[in-house]
Amino acid sequence: MSNKMHVKLNVNGQDHEFLAEPRELLIYALREKLNITGPHVGCETSHCGACTVTMNGKSVKSCTVFVAQANGAEVTTIEGLGTPDALHVLQESFKEHHGLQCGFCTPGMITRAAKLLEENPNPTEEEVRFGIAGNICRCTGYQNIVKSILSAASELNAAKEAAQ
Amino acid sequence: MKDEITREDRVANLKGMGCSRKRVEDARFTQGKGNYVDDIKLPGMLHGDFVRSPYAHARVKSINIDAAMALPGVVAVLTAKDLEPLNLHWMPTLAGDKQMVLADGKVLFQGQEVAFVVASDRYVAADAVELVEVEYEELEVIVDPFKSLQSDVVLREDLVAEDGSIPNGAHGPRKHHNHIFTWEAGDLEATEQVIDNAEVVATEEMYYHRTHPCPLETCGSVASMDKVNGKLTLWGTFQAPHVVRTVASLLSGIEEHNIRVVSPDIGGGFGNKVGVYPGYVCSIVASIVTGVPVKWVEDRMENLMSTAFARDYWMKGKISATKDGKITGLHCHVTADHGAFDACADPTKFPAGFMNICTGSYDIPVAYLGVDGVYTNKAPGGVSYRCSFRVTEAVYFIERMIEVLAIELNMDAAELRRINFIKKEQFPYTAALGWEYDSGDYHTAWDKALEAVDYKGLRAEQAQRVEDFKAGKTRKIMGVGLSFFTEIVGAGPVKNCDILGMGMFDSCEIRIHPTGSAVARLGTISQGQGHATTFAQILATEIGLSAESITIEEGDTDTAPYGLGTYGSRSTPVAGAAAAMAGRKIRAKAQMIAAYLLEVHDNDVEFDVDRFVVKGAPERFKTMKEIAYAAYNQAIPGLEPGLEAVSYYDPPNMTYPFGAYVCVMDIDVDTGVPEIRRFYALDDCGTRINPMVIEGQIHGGLTEALAVALGQEIAYDDMGNVKTGTLMDFFLPTAWEVPNYETDFTVTPSPHHPIGAKGVGESPHVGGVPCFSNAVQDAFRPFGNRHTNMPHDHWRIWQTANNLGMHD
Ligand code: FES
Ligand code: FES
Repeated sequence: MSNKMHVKLNVNGQDHEFLAEPRELLIYALREKLNITGPHVGCETSHCGACTVTMNGKSVKSCTVFVAQANGAEVTTIEGLGTPDALHVLQESFKEHHGLQCGFCTPGMITRAAKLLEENPNPTEEEVRFGIAGNICRCTGYQNIVKSILSAASELNAAKEAAQ
Repeated sequence: MKDEITREDRVANLKGMGCSRKRVEDARFTQGKGNYVDDIKLPGMLHGDFVRSPYAHARVKSINIDAAMALPGVVAVLTAKDLEPLNLHWMPTLAGDKQMVLADGKVLFQGQEVAFVVASDRYVAADAVELVEVEYEELEVIVDPFKSLQSDVVLREDLVAEDGSIPNGAHGPRKHHNHIFTWEAGDLEATEQVIDNAEVVATEEMYYHRTHPCPLETCGSVASMDKVNGKLTLWGTFQAPHVVRTVASLLSGIEEHNIRVVSPDIGGGFGNKVGVYPGYVCSIVASIVTGVPVKWVEDRMENLMSTAFARDYWMKGKISATKDGKITGLHCHVTADHGAFDACADPTKFPAGFMNICTGSYDIPVAYLGVDGVYTNKAPGGVSYRCSFRVTEAVYFIERMIEVLAIELNMDAAELRRINFIKKEQFPYTAALGWEYDSGDYHTAWDKALEAVDYKGLRAEQAQRVEDFKAGKTRKIMGVGLSFFTEIVGAGPVKNCDILGMGMFDSCEIRIHPTGSAVARLGTISQGQGHATTFAQILATEIGLSAESITIEEGDTDTAPYGLGTYGSRSTPVAGAAAAMAGRKIRAKAQMIAAYLLEVHDNDVEFDVDRFVVKGAPERFKTMKEIAYAAYNQAIPGLEPGLEAVSYYDPPNMTYPFGAYVCVMDIDVDTGVPEIRRFYALDDCGTRINPMVIEGQIHGGLTEALAVALGQEIAYDDMGNVKTGTLMDFFLPTAWEVPNYETDFTVTPSPHHPIGAKGVGESPHVGGVPCFSNAVQDAFRPFGNRHTNMPHDHWRIWQTANNLGMHD
């Protein structure tokens, strides 16, 4: 299987070029080739959302995107959302409201939540629940995840207002 | 010396027991910097993948690996033949049976491991799996345990003697070649007599279906055999790393000090990661054979098909009572489907776990339990999915029997529970099946719960709804689900609890650094429970150093003291106790140091939050930080330098958390869709270490209970094909299906636990499953329902309505 193709990806603001088989999955390229291990593999069938990343401005499950499809794309993973010195509001609020336990779903969940709040900065609880329904968490029962996201939303909005 | 801050502030600064300390684990997880087994990458590492059986029962006639070996990148293909010279083609199970590591002549369940391919990367390994040619000869498949006990088909030829006789199993005599054990508790004769002569008897049969813990992270391992130093390092998803080390040593012949087992971050366990799986063994062997590290990580389908199912109990009950509802006796028989190998992860003396807690929270004078374990062509496992050993089955059984008895008596089920609860003054209470319940106050909890939900109001509303339904005004009926549970956790006393002969104590080792910070290591391992946060809180309170200055380490057998791991809600009851005891040893030495520094007698100083003070003169004190420094830097006559302690804790008894749950549910009889309107959960887990973490555990456990009760199952067809092998068919609730829960509590400390804590992680699952199920069944009770089996998915609920003529 040596029909490898040349792939360009911009991940978290950094350009990468590498060779990949066309059948290779984006999650595999991220984790195994680029050592970006924040996104996880929970099912490989698009059900769990542990592998969620943002690709060209949309949430995608990177376990069901061929890296060939992602060629030339801009990808954001959990690693690109905040830095240890400047955490994303969601990273803070998940800790504050106990929105995680084992942490396995967390990178995908926060990455999805960040996109959701861009799409809908003022979601209702129902909209949050619907908006993260593609991300499964086995530990928390979601209650505190929803709380974390709603609280992050109001914080982001308050910051926006203050800036105006 | 006068202190500058108040005592209150000093307590707050400790972040000790009772406060909702934020979790220290979260920083790395929220930034994608967790370190799970699949994140481990070692130079030259190879990847393993299994060839698995498509058949549930077949002879393996031949395996041809030539084509696979010819594929570039393939390094090895292991079969049972390769493992046999090492005596690793079979391995012992935790239940005293043995299990094939790779198919030895036959396969016994779909998805069974047949060959292990080792290749340069995952894609090559997967390609090679396709190229391994296996010739099978199909055999008759048995998926029904009752048929299995009648069948001439011998599933386990290795367990039948040459003359055709059936030798004893690990748990005594076997009645049939597909029978594993009979296990009994209680007094059969007395129970039968009471039931035969009772005023009222209710009988019921129920099936607690097979399901799976399905943590978001699947199982996996990385083995690295360093041939130069003779050391084997094994990283993996292990809920019991020390046990894995001992088993690995016994199996491989490598001396235990030359094996290091590490549990890195674990993405949820829920019982799935207690057992020892063929993947672990094969990654070890492959690393020994190839001389480089080998990683094995199962995919979701492999996870659901082969590692660790839960439940699969066929339960038959008889409960007797007086006319006014006082329960007089209980009889329970279980036919337990264990699959192809008995790989249950129960303490050795309890082949049906703690199923003998099935008298529940009730004062039942006489009872009997009999359990028959049976082999079938299904995956092995039988783990405790978010519960102590088989306690969910026990609690489901009794909470359904109570409901059925209430129907028989035409009585309110809440009232029936109330008049049969074990009374506060009866504790410690010895139940008819042998356990000694440590403490409880059930009536207080029950009253609080019923009042919180306005129970009377709910029943009135329900009665109105029944009328409205009958009058054709609504198609939605309403159920009030009740459950009151008593858990039995914290296994357990070494005198009756061991796994493979290893006593189920646990341990904590503390080292205080000169500047007054500390590292503590325990024999347990967190899979999301937040041990690094909460164990530090226990220690902070015990030794008077801030939790922020205490690092907790678990999961590395080279550094952590030996312990039996984390499952069955045993971490707080056992390791938490060890932490408290080790902390007290630190404090005892600190007291001597303080007395020396303050120039008074040992008995003239006392501990106060974060210091020792001279009795009656609180302005004279030495803080724990000062004491720590002195321990290392001052020669104190009669005392060794340093400040360290270790404690191995053998609990005197189990702990018995309890709780009262109420679920209010609306059901659309035309679609079968249940809608959870309200869920109230009162938990009593004794002393509360971190309320925030407790609530999080309760939300999570209830959600797993919702899953099991309302749709999650591992189903097989008659050919032994797994029908629920992906997340398409295996129900995991999303945020959309899950309600907000109301949590509440009472506090009844355990009298024998050093800090009075009982454990909580599994209570919500144990109490939640019957509560959700009872809500569904209660909705149909006014229309003639007595019992329907879980899982209550939309289709089955619709069928229930249909069978009751509600679509006519
Ligand atoms: S791993 Fe991609 S959705 Fe589960
Ligand atoms: S925190 Fe464990 S799966 Fe979400």
